[in-house]
Amino acid sequence: MKTHRPHSDSLKQQEAHAGFFSGCLDILPMAVGAAPFGVIIGAMAIQAGLEPWEIVFMGAVVFAGAAQFIALDMWTSALLPGSVALAIIGTTLMVNLRHILMGAAAAPHIRGITPWVRYPYLYVMADETWAMTIRRARVNNDLGPAYLAGLALPFYLNWLVWSYVGTQIGDVINDPAVYGFDFVFTAVFVTLIFGFWKADRHLLPIIVSAMIALLAREVLPGTWYIFAGSVAGVLTAIITYREPSHE
Amino acid sequence: MNDMSLFQELYSDAGVAPWLVMVGMAVVTSATRFSGYWALGRRRLSARTESVLAAVPASVLTAIVAPMVLATGFSESLAALITIALAWRFPTLVAIAGGVASVVVLRNLI
Repeated sequence: MKTHRPHSDSLKQQEAHAGFFSGCLDILPMAVGAAPFGVIIGAMAIQAGLEPWEIVFMGAVVFAGAAQFIALDMWTSALLPGSVALAIIGTTLMVNLRHILMGAAAAPHIRGITPWVRYPYLYVMADETWAMTIRRARVNNDLGPAYLAGLALPFYLNWLVWSYVGTQIGDVINDPAVYGFDFVFTAVFVTLIFGFWKADRHLLPIIVSAMIALLAREVLPGTWYIFAGSVAGVLTAIITYREPSHE
Repeated sequence: MNDMSLFQELYSDAGVAPWLVMVGMAVVTSATRFSGYWALGRRRLSARTESVLAAVPASVLTAIVAPMVLATGFSESLAALITIALAWRFPTLVAIAGGVASVVVLRNLI
């Protein structure tokens, strides 16, 4: 029996490698799409008077593209007045409120994962890695620590590298729209939404979320529309929930 | 006294070090990332809760992309439709590449 152990160990290792690799593959388009935005963030940081290492530090500890973008927009000088600092932190909180819903939705899928992967994963959970995680759990029913690491680690490092590159080559990419980079994100999310719809055929929360997001964007400041649309979609799901019929 | 001086330090116009602002941003961001997980991570969920949670991903992603898909321009809306049409038949990567390629072409045409 002893001779079987090394074999099953190497089999496990092979599985882990395969999981890590498919995570990398799934997140690759998102990493490509994020690159120009990393460059823009790096360029904005230099214009705000920050040092290159400071924007890499911000990316490393905050790791939230939309929040960083808005923060740098408000960053008027290297040393900020206290009121501006508080406004930036408050805005960051609001922009990231959707993470509360995302963490709750991911909870049933990731709670069995080893804490060594689960907590770092949660610390850097982004729209992109989270969406791929849910898809993997629901569609493939094969969510492991190696896959999560394969999603999160390259996506994290990718962001830091491109933020740094932006501090060096600043104004090369003025407008990601020219090459359609800005649409990568949208295209990926559209395919994911389509996939979720195919799995459960619940269309109403999607429609309500879209309508409320569009409405909210007209009347609410900043990115509040994301939270408003998300909550409206989830409320729709609560209202239209029917107990499964037992026959 | 101590509270007061802390308040003044945070609120004065002397200037807050960048790293301190970034740590503040990191703290509130982590709070959002962990709180939803901790609220539900250890509990056994009812069928109702699970079904409602299942609606979260599509709702959040839809709210994020709705302005780009529905309120940016004809090119973006049509490219999103093309992406969905491709996703019906082809692997995801093909749909994404086709969607991005079509938005570049459409923006140049229109």
